[in-house]
Amino acid sequence: MTKISSSSVCGVALSSLELAAFGDENKISIWSVGDFGNVGTSGEYQGEPQLLCDIRHHGDVMDMQFFDQERIVVASSTGSVTIFRHHQNNQTLSINQRWERAHYHVDPDIPFCGGASCTGVICNNPEIVTVGEDGRINLFRADHKEAVRTIENADSSTLHAVTFLRTTEILTVNSIGQLKIWDFRQQRNEPSQIFSLTGDRIPLHCVDRHPNQQHIVATGGQDGMLSIWDVRQGSMPVSLLNAHEAEMWEVHFHPSNPDHLFTCSEDGSLWHWDTSTDVSEKPSFFHQGGRSITVLSHTANQSVISAWLNNNPTKDRMEITNLVPNQTLSVNSLDVLGPCLVCGTDSEAIYVNRHLFS
Amino acid sequence: MEELDVEPAVTLIPGVDSNRKQMCFDWGPGEMLVCETLFPKGFISGREEKGLGCPNIFIVRKDQDVYSQTLRKLFNESHGIFVGLQKSEEELAGKSKKAQLVLVSKNYRSVIRACMEEMHQLAISTRDPELQCQHSTQVCILSAMELIWNLCEIIFVEIAPAGHLLLYLLDWVRLHVCDVDSMVREVLNSENPSKHKDFWNAVDIFVLQGRMDEARHLLSKEASANPTSMGMCRILDDLMKKMPVLSIGSTQTLTEMELKWQHWHEECQQYLQDGTFASNPHMESICKILLGDENAILEKRELMTTWYHFLVTRLLYSHPTVKPVELRFYAQSSLDLFLEGESSPEPLDSILMAAFEFEIHQVIKECRKCSIALSNWWFVAHLTDLLDHCKLLQSHNLYFGSNMREFLLLEYASGLFSHRCLWQLGVDYFDYCPEYGKVYLELHIERIPLNTEQKALKVLRICEQRQMHEQVRSICKIMAMKAVRNNRLGSALSWSIRAKDAAFATLISDRFLKDYCERGSFSDLDLIDNLGPSMLLSDRLTFLGKYREFHRLYGEKRFSEAAKLLLMLMTARIAPCSFWMTLLIDALPLLEQKEVIFSAEQTYELMRCLEDLTAGKTDNQKFQGDDIETTKVDILRLALARNLARAIVKEGTLEGS
Repeated sequence: MTKISSSSVCGVALSSLELAAFGDENKISIWSVGDFGNVGTSGEYQGEPQLLCDIRHHGDVMDMQFFDQERIVVASSTGSVTIFRHHQNNQTLSINQRWERAHYHVDPDIPFCGGASCTGVICNNPEIVTVGEDGRINLFRADHKEAVRTIENADSSTLHAVTFLRTTEILTVNSIGQLKIWDFRQQRNEPSQIFSLTGDRIPLHCVDRHPNQQHIVATGGQDGMLSIWDVRQGSMPVSLLNAHEAEMWEVHFHPSNPDHLFTCSEDGSLWHWDTSTDVSEKPSFFHQGGRSITVLSHTANQSVISAWLNNNPTKDRMEITNLVPNQTLSVNSLDVLGPCLVCGTDSEAIYVNRHLFS
Repeated sequence: MEELDVEPAVTLIPGVDSNRKQMCFDWGPGEMLVCETLFPKGFISGREEKGLGCPNIFIVRKDQDVYSQTLRKLFNESHGIFVGLQKSEEELAGKSKKAQLVLVSKNYRSVIRACMEEMHQLAISTRDPELQCQHSTQVCILSAMELIWNLCEIIFVEIAPAGHLLLYLLDWVRLHVCDVDSMVREVLNSENPSKHKDFWNAVDIFVLQGRMDEARHLLSKEASANPTSMGMCRILDDLMKKMPVLSIGSTQTLTEMELKWQHWHEECQQYLQDGTFASNPHMESICKILLGDENAILEKRELMTTWYHFLVTRLLYSHPTVKPVELRFYAQSSLDLFLEGESSPEPLDSILMAAFEFEIHQVIKECRKCSIALSNWWFVAHLTDLLDHCKLLQSHNLYFGSNMREFLLLEYASGLFSHRCLWQLGVDYFDYCPEYGKVYLELHIERIPLNTEQKALKVLRICEQRQMHEQVRSICKIMAMKAVRNNRLGSALSWSIRAKDAAFATLISDRFLKDYCERGSFSDLDLIDNLGPSMLLSDRLTFLGKYREFHRLYGEKRFSEAAKLLLMLMTARIAPCSFWMTLLIDALPLLEQKEVIFSAEQTYELMRCLEDLTAGKTDNQKFQGDDIETTKVDILRLALARNLARAIVKEGTLEGS
């Protein structure tokens, strides 16, 4: 893990061009995190991550994501949503578009005093969905000045995170522990389904969907618990895993290796959950008759049941490793793409790992 | 109160003419609010002050360093080292403890050096002259800090014994006089090194710093270039080679070393007296230096640049086995000799002198006094903490009770709290201040601005981990209040659940119920329908949940269950009295249904509730109340009577058929 110093980073994003964007309490910066293929005489030479450019930003960065190869969407604590464009030729950042009052409380005419923090943003080119502390869901389209659709008062509590379930459906989690599905095709402003845990209404802070199997959803809560849900059936999670000791801020399935899940938390750890198994190597006595299949194989013909849906994934070869030991303050945000993982922490450091699977 | 050693600095407030107007102020946690004020005319000797004064309120902050971008790295890294030191305190004992403490000290120093490097890079790359000046000053301050810290490490942490002491001091001097390398490089790179103007300076400085091998290397260049002096060079080279040096880890005892050294000293003396080097003044002066001749050493004043270099050189060549306690005498005399009464000692010199004299408290005091300690206590706080771990600070209680270490740490951490992001570091510092840390933390943590929920959650986590229940309640209440004002009732509820605040939950439920009464329907059904076990937090909340359930049952046409629930709400006293009328009115449609829903028993109960409700009102109220109220009661009485009749009939006749 390479460590870079910065200020308290609350939002990180990775792009396919081996660029990482970091957002902290007053600026966005873009770093290049790829390997520089300078092969020396003794082998590979890997450069340090380089700061390419940065730009001021109003308010704390709450969440960010790469919209496409050049543009980044940033959610701010002032309630505005901004698209920044990264100009690769001269390595500068500029504001491409901004929705100033995406999220606000009650009276929209009072500047800033009425602003509500925008807590989550998700993009699916050309659409952007944002949620905030005002319980509002906005659907934006790049280059459209106004929101395409706004669901007012979608939730009476704060919406903490949002992700796409299908192209027209989104999932949101809120601070009274509910997971809701919203369908944009429907005109009414009601969720099409509501899921919640029994027991205390522990706020949920993050949500992510399995990249290939769209019915598998993972959420993380304030008590650090990781829940795996199957949205096709039931209103209860399939498995509950006692993970962190404090709020779990972000959960991400690896986009191309979905056997791997990453979670980061206020307790200062970043866990790598690895349920991948290599069938050919394991001796046959591991496959006991009568138990559900726990192996994700890569043969296209076989129908597979994901390891995540197994009732007790910890019984099977799930490996969990903490990728940032010795960390005292919270890990606020993480992003993963290919072999590269970045995370931002409160101790004013960013960690970059370019060789996740080696 | 400790006496003021320096005059306080004067800060001018822009826009306020302090000659003609008064200012008022108030202290804050890390800053001060100042504004102009208007006193009656009589106070300003008859002059009429009309017209607008300065309309601004100013925030005066003493500690600017907290906001410096590069210094943040210093604060962060040193925080990590600090916490590590406190945690490992319990585990260490004996010999390994000293080694551990030395390691910690070295870590601190490397952090300072890293920061210095970065600051230096900034200074040379920036084009703005003011910034450049600022950065250069910072670099000087940081390098002075590292100098002092290094010396303190040698004397107080390492506690080097005689013999080793000199070696460490030599290292210290070599590290901090860095022009040597550039000069030497220039000399070596030139065509004819021995003819370079700085050649002999280079040799001299090597000798002065005890770097014999390098001196010999240069000397060989002279020997090869100048055959006539080859003989002298060889002798000098030989002398340098033979100089006895105590190395760390050698098994030589001190007495052995002293004997050898004496012997060598006499040999040099002999050569000098024989006039071997008479023809070459440079080499003669080198020989004198080797003999520890103070005048000869003093001649090279410009090369050494500082009195402490002089001190170390002097010790090297006259008392190599100096004991720590003897340092102070040599230090004082070196300072006097070096300065020769021409200039007075600078603050840095006083600090170093105090260190040589083993006066720890004096060192700390001097550091605090002078501006090189950085305006925000970082240096003194961490240094004092380290020395405290070395058990060197007596529990020297300051007049208000806490000891020096704690006082400094508290001040430093308080400074951190005024920053948007660094406050999290401050929390750990307060944790390790046993006497007042908790109180300070309680006061500061309530004053952190909570502009986002995420920040509030972080603060809450910190409070919960430290059992600061009062603060948890207070922060949750603030957040809940904000939510209620913004009409985010769900958020407000989730905050009251976190704080287990029944009173606030009651308040929220009352809001919901009020909304219902006004509008006739519930807002935020997603919340009320899904309350779950949190419903039990407060009676009112339970009522709300159950009432909503009643509506749902009614909507699903499960009338008997709805009826039972409604009755239970009233008889079990879950419903607030103010709501009974509404509940009874809600019962009306059930009473008027074709089939009998309420049994006779239940109807009696309902009647009793109605009587309880009306009996509570006095006669006055009855007459003042609008007709609607009385009409309602009348209608209810009628409906209840009718239902009772039907129920009795139904229960009386229907027996199994």
